[in-house]
Amino acid sequence: MVTPPPATIRCCAASGCRSAGSRALHEALEQAASCGNADARPRIKAVGCLKLCGRAPLVAQDLPDGSSRLYGGVGAEQAQALVGPLIGPNQASLAPYAMDQAHPFFALQQPKVLENCGLIDPESIDDALAHGSYTQLRRVLEGFTPEQVREQVKRSGLRGRGGAGYPTGLKWDTVALQPPGPRHVVCNADEGDPGAFMDRSVLEGDPHRLIEGLAIAAYAVGAQQGFVYVRAEYPLAIERLRLALQQARAKGLLGPRLVGSNFQLRLDVRVGAGAYVCGEETALLASIQGQRGTPRPRPPFPAQSGLWQEPTLINNVETLSAIPGILREGGDGYAALGTPTSKGTKVFALSGAVRHTGLVEVPMGTSLRTVVELMGGGTPDGTPVKAVQTGGPSGGCIPESLLDTPVDYESLRELGSMMGSGGMVVMGETTSMPEVARHFIHFSRQESCGKCIPCRAGTVQLEQLLDRFVERRAVPEDLARLEELCTMVSCTSLCGLGQAAPNPVLSTLRHFRAEYEAACREPRSCEPRTACRIPRVAASGALS
Amino acid sequence: MTVLTLQVDGRDVAVPQGATILQAVRAAGASVPLLCHLDGLTPVGACRLCLVEIGGSSKLQPACTTPAAEGLEVTTASERLQQFRRMTVELFFAEGNHVCAFCVANGHCQLQDVAVDVGMDHSRFPYQYPQRRVDASHSQFAIDHNRCILCTRCVRVCDEIEAAHVWDVANRGAECRIVAGLDQPWGEVEACTSCGKCVDVCPTGALFARDDTTAEKQPHRERAQLLRTAREQHHWLNQGEGPR
Repeated sequence: MVTPPPATIRCCAASGCRSAGSRALHEALEQAASCGNADARPRIKAVGCLKLCGRAPLVAQDLPDGSSRLYGGVGAEQAQALVGPLIGPNQASLAPYAMDQAHPFFALQQPKVLENCGLIDPESIDDALAHGSYTQLRRVLEGFTPEQVREQVKRSGLRGRGGAGYPTGLKWDTVALQPPGPRHVVCNADEGDPGAFMDRSVLEGDPHRLIEGLAIAAYAVGAQQGFVYVRAEYPLAIERLRLALQQARAKGLLGPRLVGSNFQLRLDVRVGAGAYVCGEETALLASIQGQRGTPRPRPPFPAQSGLWQEPTLINNVETLSAIPGILREGGDGYAALGTPTSKGTKVFALSGAVRHTGLVEVPMGTSLRTVVELMGGGTPDGTPVKAVQTGGPSGGCIPESLLDTPVDYESLRELGSMMGSGGMVVMGETTSMPEVARHFIHFSRQESCGKCIPCRAGTVQLEQLLDRFVERRAVPEDLARLEELCTMVSCTSLCGLGQAAPNPVLSTLRHFRAEYEAACREPRSCEPRTACRIPRVAASGALS
Repeated sequence: MTVLTLQVDGRDVAVPQGATILQAVRAAGASVPLLCHLDGLTPVGACRLCLVEIGGSSKLQPACTTPAAEGLEVTTASERLQQFRRMTVELFFAEGNHVCAFCVANGHCQLQDVAVDVGMDHSRFPYQYPQRRVDASHSQFAIDHNRCILCTRCVRVCDEIEAAHVWDVANRGAECRIVAGLDQPWGEVEACTSCGKCVDVCPTGALFARDDTTAEKQPHRERAQLLRTAREQHHWLNQGEGPR
């Protein structure tokens, strides 16, 4: 007897795989499947991110026995073999493309936010419903008071996944407890950090989870209107989110009298116009209101005075997408994962000099080494990792010697970096740290809105100073000037963008100071390394 | 009226509920340098010169926008603040093309005054010498972008008091500049009422009357506050006249 063909073929239709040709592959699979016996035809399904983006396009086979196989880097030529019976020549011809799902990259993942990503068809609400979407929203509307919802979120210990790590439950309480009146909920999907694509994957792979989370948040704080602010650079995410909203409205999961309750919610998409700073919450709100996207001083915080001066809850995509899972498992269940201060899981976008590039969702507290070396497989050529950059232009570089650091908000901050949204860029030995610092300062300079002087003019001066180090024409005094200006910009800038802009410089100065010193014209006349004001970490990753 | 008591540089002061830290600083007889702030206009907290230290917090806060709160301990001039202020002024000077010797506002320039206050006699940061333009298309006034520090006082006075909204900011970062109308020559902007309030509130010589030459600008920067108070307290009614 011949082993039957797979029951379902899941073909990744997220941006990464699309750019590697997954749309043509999908068509080829459809065509190949339509040729076979009508009874034994596998179902071809477009799904969200299958995580190992570096081997795009990715295809998964779900076999009749319930197991599944994953193939990467396949082209339209393999379509016939993928849909055919799974023995003999088919199996042999697919062998070079087969991915080992027992590899730590897959085995150590604990998908919570991404649990349906790669399983469901993001363009079909029926598929999402079949996988449990909106169950928690229904449950909440039928049997929970807003206070009870907030209690569960508080118990979960969930903290903002956008970077700052503010306790989510506390934020919800602050909005809910404002004097009576209209409120708004906003989802920040302006994911702009270079090397970060977690939120995009959620939007492209499981938009209904976000909508459900946002609707629950709106119920918990008493909002009747909400926006999802997505950057314009994510056209596919915007398309799928709009479609998902339409489908949810048609099913009565949004709009007046939600799921038969007295609660109503209107959700709309707002598309950014290419400004990184609009990821900063006050700038984002200004942009939604049609104004110039510039931040304003806080207080008042958006929770007190946000959209149209009314209390507004702003949460990141990943934060809101964690909500349905928290309600299903209970706050305490979610809090069982992670570290004492950072609960649950975090999605990271692993890229750079690493063998396995893609999305990983791991419990908080997992060490950087586990993520980078075990799951990521280290550098492609096997040379040692030099540093890992976390937190994008607001974060810093963590040297190889400190890779055993558990990933949580506090540990990363202590090292002069930050969690950020979850971008993790691995750097190999040949990376020059002053160049990395200049790269990020260049980014911050370009993205500065220009409202406050330290960020507007300070980043210009910082970039010029770093040019001197990159071009090896700095003098020892430049090092002191660089540190002084970094401190000034971070202490005096108006918003988080300016305040965090010097972090890439400060963290590379802290862990790789020797590279800056070596870039000075007279290295010997630099002040001794022990005399610097920034405390040094005992085991430095500096080149020596 | 609820009264808040707080300390500024060790001195106890009382201010009404809703007052800013700046008002408390003034009540204590102290001062902080100001460039973007002007009484009578909505504060924006952009020039970062009025940053103060608040006891128990490592974060500096702008006095002009931060609400005063009960029991705050405000420090207006620590060594760190003074260093930052000097650097801020240096950044302003390095960013534009400020040449006092032949500036229309020489002697009446708030940027110049602040530089003297913070003890800045030269910039340690390299001057950028940006290429900027002068727009003298208006019949009475002109704008010299070389001297603009992007405080947005002109934007706010025109929007909030004259309600013409002729001015706004275009571009971002170091490319930011003030634009008239839809980035038109000022003289072609029909919304402009030629009231001259923007010229009065400008802290530097960026906006000036075309008749004025070196050191001749005599701005009335208190005009914004006068008009706002007059409007809020209906001063014209007391004089038996209708609003003009």
